[in-house]
Amino acid sequence: MFIIRNKHIFFTLTALVVAAAIGCIAVFGLHLSIDFTGGTLAQISYDGTRPAPDILTKNLTEAGFTDFSLREYGDNGYALRAQTLTPEQQSNLAAYFTNQSASAHVDSLNEIGPTIGTELRNKSIEAVALVLLCILLFIAFAFRKVSKPVSSWMYGLMAIVGLTHNVIVTTGFYSLLGHINGAQVDSLFVTAVLTVLGFSVHDTIVVFDRVRENLRINQQKGIKEQFDETAGRSLNQTFVRSVNTSLTVALTLLVLYAIGPVSTKDFALTLLVGIIAGTYSSIFLATPLLVWVEGRRRHGGR
Amino acid sequence: MWQTRAWALLILIVGATIGFFVYHTEVTGSWPFKLGLDLSGGTELVYRADLSHITSGDVTDSMAALRDTIERRVNLFGVAEPLVQTETSSALSGVSEQRLVVDLPGVTDTQKAIALIGQTPVLEFRLLKEGVTPTDNSTTTIDQDFEPATLTGKDLASASLQFQGATGGLTEPVVVLKFTSEGGTKFAQLTADNVGRQFGIFLDGAPISVPVIRESIPDGTAVISGNFTGQTAKELARNLNEGALPVPIELISTNTVSGTLGSAAVKDGIMAGVFGVAFVMLFMFLWYRLPGLIASIALTLYIAVMLALFKFIPVTLTAAGIAGFILSVGMAVDANILIFERTKEELRSGKSARDAIQEGFHRAWPSIRDSNISSMITAVILFWFGTSIIQGFALVFGLGVLVSMLTAISVSRTFLLSLGIEAKGGIVRFLFGSGITS
Repeated sequence: MFIIRNKHIFFTLTALVVAAAIGCIAVFGLHLSIDFTGGTLAQISYDGTRPAPDILTKNLTEAGFTDFSLREYGDNGYALRAQTLTPEQQSNLAAYFTNQSASAHVDSLNEIGPTIGTELRNKSIEAVALVLLCILLFIAFAFRKVSKPVSSWMYGLMAIVGLTHNVIVTTGFYSLLGHINGAQVDSLFVTAVLTVLGFSVHDTIVVFDRVRENLRINQQKGIKEQFDETAGRSLNQTFVRSVNTSLTVALTLLVLYAIGPVSTKDFALTLLVGIIAGTYSSIFLATPLLVWVEGRRRHGGR
Repeated sequence: MWQTRAWALLILIVGATIGFFVYHTEVTGSWPFKLGLDLSGGTELVYRADLSHITSGDVTDSMAALRDTIERRVNLFGVAEPLVQTETSSALSGVSEQRLVVDLPGVTDTQKAIALIGQTPVLEFRLLKEGVTPTDNSTTTIDQDFEPATLTGKDLASASLQFQGATGGLTEPVVVLKFTSEGGTKFAQLTADNVGRQFGIFLDGAPISVPVIRESIPDGTAVISGNFTGQTAKELARNLNEGALPVPIELISTNTVSGTLGSAAVKDGIMAGVFGVAFVMLFMFLWYRLPGLIASIALTLYIAVMLALFKFIPVTLTAAGIAGFILSVGMAVDANILIFERTKEELRSGKSARDAIQEGFHRAWPSIRDSNISSMITAVILFWFGTSIIQGFALVFGLGVLVSMLTAISVSRTFLLSLGIEAKGGIVRFLFGSGITS
């Protein structure tokens, strides 16, 4: 009941976090990776210590690289992003990075043509839209028998509000991450966002499901209870479960981030933030919003 | 009761067998996990097939011939387990292309890989459009002057070097093309229908011989005469015998991962998996006590089944796939958490352990079902959306949701009930309690 009683505090908190996330996106922006724009991405690692970037920038400029960016990658390497390389640039790539103190290896080289990039971009947008649509339809369907005192499509709508919150927070975090370590929006990021969508709906459904069950029991037993009390009770009953599930998932993601493969570190961190946001929104946002909507409906009716 | 125990025993035996299968096949290497290029190291090349000179009915056949030719060429160079696939870009994406995806495990020199494929000649046949006089055959006017012929490079059976008399009494090296029986029929038809027209034989996009068709040629052979020396004609014949591409291809994407980066990713992935699982089990045991222990056993079974499925299907494991699997471990216990929280409530309301377990499973089911459906929706869409990396993640994630429903529900239920705890006493309350309170 604590959460329902103080719902306005949580609404304010949520609004602040969302505003911060939007602020991050506005200030730092999102940088599309070569997955979507086409181009070249190379990962270089060193036997010794990696040299300073300005020496490498000079080498690369001399080799005819024009539009490129270097960022530190892993413990001892660089990631190079550039336009499509000439065959000569491709074969000599390791040489450009080698310096007296350390010899370089090309760990990975990925070159993507512009048409594939365009295709992937269109597909990503479709995928996100499709997931949202399917989820809305599914929730409306799953809760079709619950229409008192809040209609079933309201459950779907509130779940979508929660989802929007999760996507904004996750994206905001990623844009901050991009500012800190140069993370770019690639297909793994889109995957992370879609997974967060699936997971947080999962979480929200469990809470809504409890509300649905309690409403039914009340009706059967003829108990008169205010909707906000039913919702509060349902939240209390599912609270431990929500936190524990997030905790187990968060544990695995933390481990994945800390010691997992380098290529999925950003992915793990993004998922972690998204899942925390998802758990938060299913407890502190979606259900309190449902109560608020119900309250307004009642007061509006008088 | 005894029936439940028999089931529990059976599940344990089956689980142990699956676990042994996974372990044994991995140690002996008889049925290894299939690793994606980002883990095994290697090169992926994506080509766009230029089908503008092909009649639309020939597209599927030409793509199949393209795949076979490249596959033969790659095998010739001794690349272990190459994978050559054709791919149609999705119609929804607004880009319509036929593509060829070539995976070369172990080849980490991008230039070498490109050269390997690049040596394959492209053999095309076209007819000069009526009313057009062939100019200097410069490449700029080719597309305007020629139209596709029914015959394509895939109709070629073999090529051989021969010498034939040329003007001035000298002999000239020529390459004789022998068509397959189907190709021979097509060629006979083509020549019969187009007597008097000029017929172009194109190699790598350039016309190398544009003879006038004088009569129908029923024997299924054609001669390419150009400015060959004995050496160049011999090379061409050899390259054509090793397979000619029916249509030109253009490289649009490459991805090379070194073996060291791949094996580091595998090692890190396994470590993350082991620690991730250990933490989840420890948490479940400390928080949920007896049921937590049962859930950990169910989780072990889940992992064994998943690993066996990876081998059976087989699922190509990528770094993203491993991440998906580790994530799924965290989510797999969710159903157990839902059930145990429910069981605890029922115990509190004064039910016996057995009834409370039954009721807990029964009550938690709708939540588990609905929430897993939403995860499945995401997995299916991700699979549809994905490039190979994302598909690896989606497949593992989707499988994980399905398998975990089975292990978390039926397996842990069978185990819990087979313990045969009927009492309501303090010990039961403690064993089924959770957290820091009783």
